[in-house]
Amino acid sequence: MGSTSEPNRLSRRGLIQRAAALGIVAVPAAGLLSGCASSGGGTKQENGTKTATNPFGVVETAPLDVVIFDGGFGDDYAKRFEAMYRTEHPKAKVSHTATQNITGLVQPRLNAGDPPDIIDDSGNQQIKLDVLEKAGQLTDLTPLLQAPSVDDPSKKVSDILMPGTVDLGTVNGKFVTLQYVYTVFGLWYSGKLFKQHGWSEPKTWDDFISLGAEIKKAGVAPFAHQGKYPYYIDVAIMDLAIKNGGTDFLTRIDKMDPTIWDEDPARNAIEAIYEIVQKDYLLPGTNGMTHIESQTAWNQYKAAFIPCGAWLENEQLKATPSDFEMTFMPMPSLSGDKMPFQAIRGGANEPYIVPRQAKNAAGGMEFMRLMLSKKGATAFAQAANSLTVVKDGVDPSVKLRPGTQSTVTALKAAGANVFNPTYVTDYSAFATDMDNASAELMANRMKPDQWLKTVKASAQKAAKGGS
Amino acid sequence: MRHRKYPFIVGFLFVPVVLYTVLMVWPYIQTFGYSLTDWSGESQTMHFVGLKNYTTLFGDTVFREALLHNVLLLVFLPVITILLALFFAFMLNVGGRGTTGGVQGVRGSGFYRVVFFFPQVLSVAILAVLFEAVYRSDSGGLLNGILVKIGLENPQNPIEWLNDPGTVLWCLLAIVVWQGVGFYLVLFSAAMQSIPREVFEAALLDGAGRGQTFFRVTMPLLWDSVQTAWVYLAIAAMDFFALVSTLTPGTAYGGGPDYHSEVLSTYLMRNFLFYGKSGYACAMGVVILLITLVVSVFALRVTRRERIEF
Repeated sequence: MGSTSEPNRLSRRGLIQRAAALGIVAVPAAGLLSGCASSGGGTKQENGTKTATNPFGVVETAPLDVVIFDGGFGDDYAKRFEAMYRTEHPKAKVSHTATQNITGLVQPRLNAGDPPDIIDDSGNQQIKLDVLEKAGQLTDLTPLLQAPSVDDPSKKVSDILMPGTVDLGTVNGKFVTLQYVYTVFGLWYSGKLFKQHGWSEPKTWDDFISLGAEIKKAGVAPFAHQGKYPYYIDVAIMDLAIKNGGTDFLTRIDKMDPTIWDEDPARNAIEAIYEIVQKDYLLPGTNGMTHIESQTAWNQYKAAFIPCGAWLENEQLKATPSDFEMTFMPMPSLSGDKMPFQAIRGGANEPYIVPRQAKNAAGGMEFMRLMLSKKGATAFAQAANSLTVVKDGVDPSVKLRPGTQSTVTALKAAGANVFNPTYVTDYSAFATDMDNASAELMANRMKPDQWLKTVKASAQKAAKGGS
Repeated sequence: MRHRKYPFIVGFLFVPVVLYTVLMVWPYIQTFGYSLTDWSGESQTMHFVGLKNYTTLFGDTVFREALLHNVLLLVFLPVITILLALFFAFMLNVGGRGTTGGVQGVRGSGFYRVVFFFPQVLSVAILAVLFEAVYRSDSGGLLNGILVKIGLENPQNPIEWLNDPGTVLWCLLAIVVWQGVGFYLVLFSAAMQSIPREVFEAALLDGAGRGQTFFRVTMPLLWDSVQTAWVYLAIAAMDFFALVSTLTPGTAYGGGPDYHSEVLSTYLMRNFLFYGKSGYACAMGVVILLITLVVSVFALRVTRRERIEF
């Protein structure tokens, strides 16, 4: 298991609003230039007395400034958290800001030394965590891990988290972000469509390809992907490669070892994906579609499989027919895979941060501690149809939607075989280069050989230091 | 009283000049300062790196590609928009049948004027949503839908307008032309109406056809307006940020497929906000400013003609 990988994946989830939101930001050249202007500044932090129920010493009257990314999860869940905070600190004024443009809102405040107290740093306009950490803008959240948990004060917060959460929140050796949402990534299909045609879940890639021929005969396109945002197909490619090459491959890609692109796992994976292109299994036009366009076409039974993360169900809530039976499955196995079929990419994402210069940093951490209570986790599952990093956090009386339920099942089946590469956040320029190459491959303008060469060249550049 | 003139003028100019300096000039200078550092954009910690950002910039193939696209737009956007706008303005004002009533526009010109101007009132956000539907990559899109209906295209193999390296930039150009023509049409119409009717009538009496009237009479008399339009459009061609970042594929501000629609402003933004290379992005900003300045001066110089009094 690596560390921090997922924020970028989830950030794509916010793309629904992205198209519209970005359009408004029509910045002329002069505006871009003045955007670079800045001013310095500093702040004073207040501290109250620390007690068992107030482990961070929150000042009763200190206002709390919350900024939430208003994406696929909405911001209703945050209002529930805020209500919990208000109950605990009735004298504190809690302000709530929801935005799709985290950078635009937060970056000037960081530079001015007057940041919010807690930020959901997600979405397409996310401020990169590696960049923030290097700039010394993040509070070390180790005290949060050491603090007693809300539900059972005899347990520390670190004891109630899903495995890997601390790793994923660690940037350059420091635990600075709370990755709150637990997500898995794989292929999705409609249980109803499969039952109707008598198809069954393909366990190997060969099965997948032969089932594809059958699906095509039935007049459905076997595969759709979110072509405008090649990130999704990248995840599918890399998951095939990681399952094929095992832990060794995973460690080396995260270390940005360029030699892995000469080896079999990478080649096997890209050739497998290219088969989809060659056999013409793609939904017509899918390469140019936004995630919403392609996912909606999939919801309309125009395509059988689509790769995505567990946010898919919440994102497609309105477009999904009630009898669709959204179902999750791991990426099928290639021959010679080092990991079993059940292995999936899974991990925490949706990074919450407390800026170093926040006036009420203690309040920000207390807010996180409340998020990590069972009440918080259940509120999130209800308001956002997603699981959190709180172990067994959801009240069993809460009924989950079929897609979310199928991810819970898959996660249980995977056991310890959950992996999570980190190169996406650590090497953003490399990830972008891979995005571009994969888009070219899917459009059949690039062959697997060229793809490997392009990605390797970019990896070599990234390994030299220009991330 | 003459000696009181200068304090009087200074009194009026003081506030605007201060505002302009603080809000415009100072940020430009700051940007230049940042362009000499390795600023990440997220804090005030940075190191002086001299001209390194600029030397890197000239070896950056993506930057060169983006520059090439801006240059292409710079050439085609003004030419196409101005020619179309001039043609339509001419038809609406003097292109009608020369009857005994004198010189007039084609029938229904008042209606056309409103129709042509209509796209101009749409905001860029609406344009992006609208053209996402027009250029949609399957038969659900307006363009592909029509092509499929009339049998020119196989629905199994639609044209992915915005995901095709050969079409993407021209598709974007078409949007801006579509939106811009109406505005310049009104600009040119106003200018044409200020040309005395007698000039056109005299040309007609001398036996000039529509084409001759256009090139020999209308164009020279409209030169000032064309010049203005040229400068505006050149500046617009240096931007293109909103459309590229919303409509084209690619991570963080579009520019795809594989940089085939990358423009300077999107590449700047990706470096500034996504890669955390803000110092480098500021260097880009300075270069873009210089290019825009040169283009504007060039456009004004080249198109300078003697003014015709009438």
